[in-house]
Amino acid sequence: MDHPDEPTAEIALTLNGEPIRARVPLRQNLVDWLRHGQGLTGSHVGCEHGVCGACHVQVDGRVVRGCLMLAVQADGARVETIEGATETGRIRALQDAFFNRAALQCGFCTPGMLLQAAELLATNPAPTRTEIREALSGNYCRCTGYHAIVDAVEAAAAVLRA
Amino acid sequence: MNETLPDDGWIGRSLPRAATRRLVEGRGRYLDDHAAKGELHAAFLRSPFPHAAFRISDREAARTLPGVRAVLTAEDLVPACRSWRTQSLAFAGLVSPVQGPLARERAVYQGEPVALVLAASRAIAEDALELIGIDWDELPAATDPVAALEPDAPAVHQGLPSNLAWRTEFGGGDVEAAFARAALVVEDRLVFTRHTGVPLESRGALASYDPAAEALEVRLSHQIPHQMQVHLAELLDLPMGRVRVIAGDVGGGFGIKMHVYPDEVAICAASRLLRRPVRWVSDRIEALMADIHAREHVMRARMAVDAEGRILAFDVDDIQGLGAYSVYPRSSTVEAISALRTVGAPYRFDAYRARLRSVLQNKVPTGQYRSVGHPIGCATTERLVDLAAAARGEDPLEFRRRNLLREAELPWTNPAGGRMAELSHTATLAEFERLLDLPSLRAEIAAMRAQGRLVGLGFAAVVEYTASGPGAYGPAGIPVSAVDTVVVQLEPGGDVIARASVAEIGQGIQQGIVQVVADAVGVSPSRITIHTGDTGNAPHGGGAWASRGAGIGGEAAWGAGRKLRAEILGAAASLLQTTPEALDLRDGQVVDATGTPRLALADLAATVFFRGHELPGGLQPQFTATHQFRREEDVFLTTNGLQASLVEVDPDTGLVTPLRHWVVGDCGRRLNPLLVDEQVRGGVVQGIGEALLEACRYDPGNGQLLTGTLADYLLPMADNAPDITVGHVETPYSGSALGAKGAGEAGTCGAPAAVLCAVNDALAARGAAVTEMPITPAVVLRALGTLP
Ligand code: FES
Ligand code: FES
Repeated sequence: MDHPDEPTAEIALTLNGEPIRARVPLRQNLVDWLRHGQGLTGSHVGCEHGVCGACHVQVDGRVVRGCLMLAVQADGARVETIEGATETGRIRALQDAFFNRAALQCGFCTPGMLLQAAELLATNPAPTRTEIREALSGNYCRCTGYHAIVDAVEAAAAVLRA
Repeated sequence: MNETLPDDGWIGRSLPRAATRRLVEGRGRYLDDHAAKGELHAAFLRSPFPHAAFRISDREAARTLPGVRAVLTAEDLVPACRSWRTQSLAFAGLVSPVQGPLARERAVYQGEPVALVLAASRAIAEDALELIGIDWDELPAATDPVAALEPDAPAVHQGLPSNLAWRTEFGGGDVEAAFARAALVVEDRLVFTRHTGVPLESRGALASYDPAAEALEVRLSHQIPHQMQVHLAELLDLPMGRVRVIAGDVGGGFGIKMHVYPDEVAICAASRLLRRPVRWVSDRIEALMADIHAREHVMRARMAVDAEGRILAFDVDDIQGLGAYSVYPRSSTVEAISALRTVGAPYRFDAYRARLRSVLQNKVPTGQYRSVGHPIGCATTERLVDLAAAARGEDPLEFRRRNLLREAELPWTNPAGGRMAELSHTATLAEFERLLDLPSLRAEIAAMRAQGRLVGLGFAAVVEYTASGPGAYGPAGIPVSAVDTVVVQLEPGGDVIARASVAEIGQGIQQGIVQVVADAVGVSPSRITIHTGDTGNAPHGGGAWASRGAGIGGEAAWGAGRKLRAEILGAAASLLQTTPEALDLRDGQVVDATGTPRLALADLAATVFFRGHELPGGLQPQFTATHQFRREEDVFLTTNGLQASLVEVDPDTGLVTPLRHWVVGDCGRRLNPLLVDEQVRGGVVQGIGEALLEACRYDPGNGQLLTGTLADYLLPMADNAPDITVGHVETPYSGSALGAKGAGEAGTCGAPAAVLCAVNDALAARGAAVTEMPITPAVVLRALGTLP
């Protein structure tokens, strides 16, 4: 979106553990800026109106919809994307379980799904299938039918408890 | 003709998909993750009306907005791109007017692209759209398919004498006689609302036309890159060799991404005109409006049954809402033919008659969507079957058991023209009953009902026509490849690279092909790398449609792998001074009859590639092998299955909750059972969406689309999808080496029928029934008499 007439603002934030400063278009949402401004294409865009969860990222420790937040609103925040969560290893058990259980097909929903599932397991180490389904009910997946995803989250929870 | 596969081989193993390691780390590269230096961003002005004449009166304001490079209309694209018209020898007389990448003077569906802005960013391009001066003259629109057939209905396209796009009647046997002698006739009228595929990654294009090379390279999110290579070459008048289509990671397809869309063609034409790369990705609102829709049908159907409860005949009348055009290139009518051919398919019957009217509407075209047409035919059949069982006062599963085709009756071409072969209804039913544990399930249901809960159990018998052969589109004169090609090559280090014409859209076919190549050659899957989806790198073939990857692509992979293996063993035998028959290749080692390693594949490859001077004279090993597979018999591979759905209906709100779902299927040999199961589950939930939630709705007055966001277009989410139990029977297809048939769509084929039957089983307690999909709360409440 770099064009001289595009109004922008300077922001400073911690992105995947690194402090950065950037000039962002005022009207650009967070996920578009992460993807196109920062090249962090692991977060996806599925609806841009807050329904599908493909754009999930973590802001100040909470999973949020990156399409419903402007990049300028991330000024001063701590933002973590799937790339950052992968590097720290904090979602490794979930990633392994999704891989082993074939809990993804096209994989487009998966980064958002993993971050949401990680948030669940952080607060509820032994969720029931119903609790898992409720926690993930804001993440659309067209491919899997969800059953394998629920299995994978259960499996990851068991690994993390062990 | 099935080959003996190694007992301890890779085919049939539930391996996770190697490629998903990248995807769980967010390292997928989907369409919008690519950019081209110097690219322009595009945005489309789309018709806000279902039918309107228009005149673009001002584009200067848009054109002069800082950052805007061009504002293009239909006329501008003429030098860069041809127009097209959907025709098919299979549908003689089909009415589908000429289309171009942008509408000219008249828009015939809401969402039809009418102008295109190219700018420095998508946001600026969208700003500019609002500055385009355009005079709209709204015209009367025909949206309801039944009303569109009325003599005084508005014409969908100006000048057409009627909105009937195509009609046909077909069948076999003496239908009149069958109904005359029937002890029981059941009939119903079923209404199916159009819905769409909603792959989470939407469509788009990143087109780079190189005017110096006169060549187009385009990235698409597509199921069939080779098909697009054919059509883009045709439409842009380029040699096929100078069109390269690349589909990287694809975020789901489901049939939505197997057509030629005006907007994608417009992006290619714009790149040619502007001599720069152009990028466009559909947003969700555009996708819900302008992706193909599917399955808008009004079915009237009757079934004749004799005194012993045997099905005698079907008589069906289908009115199909086609949309404003028959989809290019395959034609939307294929869906209706598929629906009608699926009626009665699991059963034996003597006579069949179908009447079809495909109707033009001022709505986006419909097209092939997962399990094309089958869910309509299946739901119609299973509704009639349940009505007959109820009229006879018998258990619905018993009625089905009596009428299912027996293995001994096969092969058989039924009166609808469907060729049934190598099905396993009897064995499948036995496995189904074992899986469901019906006595305890029925006790569970009785206990729930005793608490006053409105629960129902529904069944659906399924036959699917899969893995279409050349006889499907070839005689229709449509350039659709039904063959697959696989090239395998041995690398100097002993690795194998496979390049295949199948397309990976998340279903996992790459993994299946790797497992086949592993067994065919004799190397571990970890030593095999596969490339698909790029016409510059993969040989020509069919891509992803009709559940064809395992049944057709798998055969090509097997053939190529066996050829490479023969070359390897021939070369090894020559070096080891023995015969190829005395050697085997296992896990990358050439071994002798006792299994003793004699030569590592890596050493052999290094010798051939780097130390050729050591080879005996006359030895010319061919370490690249190709196989192209064309099935000569059986236009389709039929598969069979049974599904059951347990639902609960809330009589106060009308909400239907699917509680559990069961599937037993027979898709022949499974290359990877883990991946097959997940195809089934995903397909089932897509079918549940069709049954209960998904609808593209239009205002009956002004024809405006009412479901343009995911807040209005409802989809199955984790909290309203059930757990799904999956079982299998394996009847390998005898006409191929591996015996695989199609697996990816059967779940979607049967689930809507099973849910419909389950809801009606629940509502029977209240003397009510539903005959419309999706079965929304309003539909249920109307059936219960709570709503007018
Ligand atoms: S893209 Fe943000 S919720 Fe769908
Ligand atoms: S794996 Fe494709 S959307 Fe979830």
